[in-house]
Amino acid sequence: MDIDLMMRVYPFFLTAAWTTIQLSVLTALLGLSMGALGASARLSRFALLRFVGAAYVSLFRGTPALIQLFILYFGGPQIGIQLDAFEAGVIGLGINAGAYMTETIRGAIISIDKGQREAARTLGLSQWQATYKIVLPQAARLMVRPLGVNLNMLIKATALVAAISVVELTYTAQRYIGSTYKPFEMFLLAGVLYMIIIYATGRAVAWLDRRVQIT
Amino acid sequence: MSDQDHFVEIRYAQKSYGSLEVLKDISLNVERGQIVAIIGPSGSGKSTLLRAINDLDPLTGGEVWLDGVQVNKSLPHRQYEKHINEMRQHVGMVFQHFNLFPHMTARENVTMAPMLLKRLSKAEADKLAEEQLDKVGMLDRIDYYPSRLSGGQKQRVAIARALAMEPKLMLFDEATSALDPELVDEVNLVMKKLAEEHMTMIIVTHEMDFAASVCDRVLFMDQGVVVEEGPPSVVFKNPTKERTREFLRKHLAGAA
Repeated sequence: MDIDLMMRVYPFFLTAAWTTIQLSVLTALLGLSMGALGASARLSRFALLRFVGAAYVSLFRGTPALIQLFILYFGGPQIGIQLDAFEAGVIGLGINAGAYMTETIRGAIISIDKGQREAARTLGLSQWQATYKIVLPQAARLMVRPLGVNLNMLIKATALVAAISVVELTYTAQRYIGSTYKPFEMFLLAGVLYMIIIYATGRAVAWLDRRVQIT
Repeated sequence: MSDQDHFVEIRYAQKSYGSLEVLKDISLNVERGQIVAIIGPSGSGKSTLLRAINDLDPLTGGEVWLDGVQVNKSLPHRQYEKHINEMRQHVGMVFQHFNLFPHMTARENVTMAPMLLKRLSKAEADKLAEEQLDKVGMLDRIDYYPSRLSGGQKQRVAIARALAMEPKLMLFDEATSALDPELVDEVNLVMKKLAEEHMTMIIVTHEMDFAASVCDRVLFMDQGVVVEEGPPSVVFKNPTKERTREFLRKHLAGAA
């Protein structure tokens, strides 16, 4: 193993890791927003919205994220969507992650006992007041861990945008392999950095989960 | 439309799920300050009837009137929502499984609705919570979360939560059925206290002794109809219908 080489290229990988982190944060934010919208649609009292929500979930969970990225980035210009690689990466992965988060958020909401909403309604709260005062605060606590799983998957999925040439960790490893012919060292370096990012995120999620539990 | 003779008036209540008829043309009048118990085997429709009074389980036919206003009147969705939210503020409900809000302390369970719906200040709501929780003997647990309360304590907080909205009518849906036997009395005691204050109450219960001791009137329901109705002395001691006798025989034997 060429430790010297690894030490020399290491700073370039750190820069790339920063790009991976930026990608992850933006993707997570977009995914959460899409997940909130998707869950609202799936739980709507309007059949059309429920259908749109269900279609969104099955479409984006039912096809490879890589194909979704390719359609957006390579196919987009054909139908007038011009995005640079980073934008396409965030939007493509964000919409994909949103489909998974839709199901996480919806699952947490429907797992709240229906007696909770009933109790709120009998006090005179409106449907919306019962939702935001009673159901959502409880569901939010239940969501933290499964959303953490979604986040973990999403961070690893950012490796896919190497295929549309976003200069993040995986792409950087591949580029240095081209000039060094040392795939073992380069992928190992990338892997370690992914692990650090994911470990830190996991700890943060566990901390948040502990914090929001009711004593 | 209403002759307004009765405080609560249920007219020809019908409820069906598909071809299953749960309530078959039930009529019931309750006067202000009266306490009515509804007894009957499970599946008789007694909870459904109770839940129809505040439209938690909407009827498929018939009318519910409260204090001269029709509860289940037909209105466009948004107007209806506004109407029913207003109506429900005057009807307290207590559930078998308490349904306390687990993310709120006893105090917050009580203050939430008055602050949100009646625009009480924090100070006013706190005072109200202290009064109501004191009344049910839970003042010493005011800042406890429900997870740290026993079943009987939870139910007493749930009663305080309902009372904080100053309801004109209280509905009890098997309020003591989920409690350990030794915790039943503390809840019954609170309900008795309300009875002494002449709160109008409709109580679905399996506890014949309690029904006999606090209620003005008892309804025996079976298979979606009221089989027998009258003062507890008659319904419990001298039922006229064979079906009532049979139920009481089984139930009193089972309870003893």
